[in-house]
Amino acid sequence: MYTEKVMEHFKNPRNMGEIPDADGVGTVGNPVCGDVMAIYIKVKDNRIADIKFKTFGCGAAVATSSMVTELAKGKTLEQAMKITRADVADELGGLPPIKMHCSNLAADGLHAAIEDYYKKQKVKGMKK
Amino acid sequence: MNNLSEDEGTTSSKRIYMDYTAGKPVDPRVVEAMLPYMETMYGNPSSVHSFGQEAKQATEEARTKIAELVNAEKKNSIIFTSGATESNNMAIKGFAYRNKDRGTHIITSSIEHMSVMNPCKYLSTRGFKVSFLPVDQYGFVNLETLEKELTDETILVSVMYANGEIGIIQAIKEISRIVHDKKAVLHVDATAAVGQIPIDVKAEGIDLLTISSNDIYGPKGVGALYIKQGARVEPTIHGGGQEQGLRSGTENLPGIVGFGKAAEIAKKEVQTESERLTRLRDRFIKGLTEPIPYAFLNGHPVERLPNNVAVRYSFIEGESMLLSLDMMGVAASSGSACTAKTLEPSHVLRAIGLKHEEAHGSLLFTLGKQNTEEEVDYVIGIMPDIVKRLRAMSPLTSKELKE
Repeated sequence: MYTEKVMEHFKNPRNMGEIPDADGVGTVGNPVCGDVMAIYIKVKDNRIADIKFKTFGCGAAVATSSMVTELAKGKTLEQAMKITRADVADELGGLPPIKMHCSNLAADGLHAAIEDYYKKQKVKGMKK
Repeated sequence: MNNLSEDEGTTSSKRIYMDYTAGKPVDPRVVEAMLPYMETMYGNPSSVHSFGQEAKQATEEARTKIAELVNAEKKNSIIFTSGATESNNMAIKGFAYRNKDRGTHIITSSIEHMSVMNPCKYLSTRGFKVSFLPVDQYGFVNLETLEKELTDETILVSVMYANGEIGIIQAIKEISRIVHDKKAVLHVDATAAVGQIPIDVKAEGIDLLTISSNDIYGPKGVGALYIKQGARVEPTIHGGGQEQGLRSGTENLPGIVGFGKAAEIAKKEVQTESERLTRLRDRFIKGLTEPIPYAFLNGHPVERLPNNVAVRYSFIEGESMLLSLDMMGVAASSGSACTAKTLEPSHVLRAIGLKHEEAHGSLLFTLGKQNTEEEVDYVIGIMPDIVKRLRAMSPLTSKELKE
């Protein structure tokens, strides 16, 4: 059903947890479809200095969350915005067809976190 | 916390099977009974010669054993099919088409197997009206609604004996009384129940009964439909006229012989095995729910199939639990969307009123002949850590549990 890579990430997820003072948080999915992901980022010099995730969902949901944190860590925000769902699935050696749209939300979560960061920066800028 | 075991990445050497509703092993005594009918007694029961006649005799002996298992009035009330799906299709579509002059209304429950649900939905596109009865939080069919829904137009009511996903056992005798008061016919899908509960079609007032072979430790690919004398059904498969013209196709002889042997064994052993499984089940349910916060039982605590352990854990998802269990060598099942071909959570779990996220957190163990108390205790032992790990990962986990 799943590739070895998916199972490996499910067993040993990278960067699992929360960042309490995150610069950006992206939450995607909903409990109705069975997948909810939260991605937390810390930004330094326009790069993703730290990233963590929390996920409610199936094996694919956990593995894609884990993989997207690995792909995004250290990247510039522009590079990270270019990471797609397909990139995440490819890095995992593919996902079962039915999981491609329902559980492959991690890239969306990452983008939402970056957008949240931009929004917060704007607010900060206005306050100054 | 991130790793399930010290030896990360390796899979447990234990292999514990607790998914008996999905598939059962064939009893070795059944295999032994079947072998001659593949190697030396390969005749066609329709043939006149001795090869054919010994095949015919074997088929009829098996028919008698299945009739005895459910206390059918005569062996010819048993029609062999390719399994429960075909039996359900034959009962519902076959009965509906044969009796449409008497009425076009069919009633079923909202927790039936897909092989009852979908023929009913199909018929609703072919001029029939179908009512789906609601169930309560345990899965009991609402008898008052049944009474209200029954009209002079109602020809057939189809309610399962027991549900394999939540274990609920219906009050069939009571349902039968209500259905027969309105002169309708009762079909009961007993796939999950036969072999676990003694069934008596005469005493319980069942007109059509679906039985599956593999569910009583017989071979896959064979089943039966009991048709009470007087109930008329149209064939769904046409051909050479086997099975009294109701189910054409050369008989699956080894399958039928194995099914017969399995029925004979089930009749003898159902009592002892069900008592053993009930003890295991109750120990298992207690061990899976009591030590873990936000753990619940799906279905009813007592009116429950002896082998059915259906639980749910808040804030986590079923497939993740299945994968985690599989890594520890345990095979279970889930009502979770992610394990099915559709994205919706199980219609059964939704029908008993579970919210989507609750349904997604369901986990189903179905026990069988080979399970031991030691195996049950092993799973009870590993479950808290699995739940804890997934809850630590979940953004839905309530704050109090995080501390």
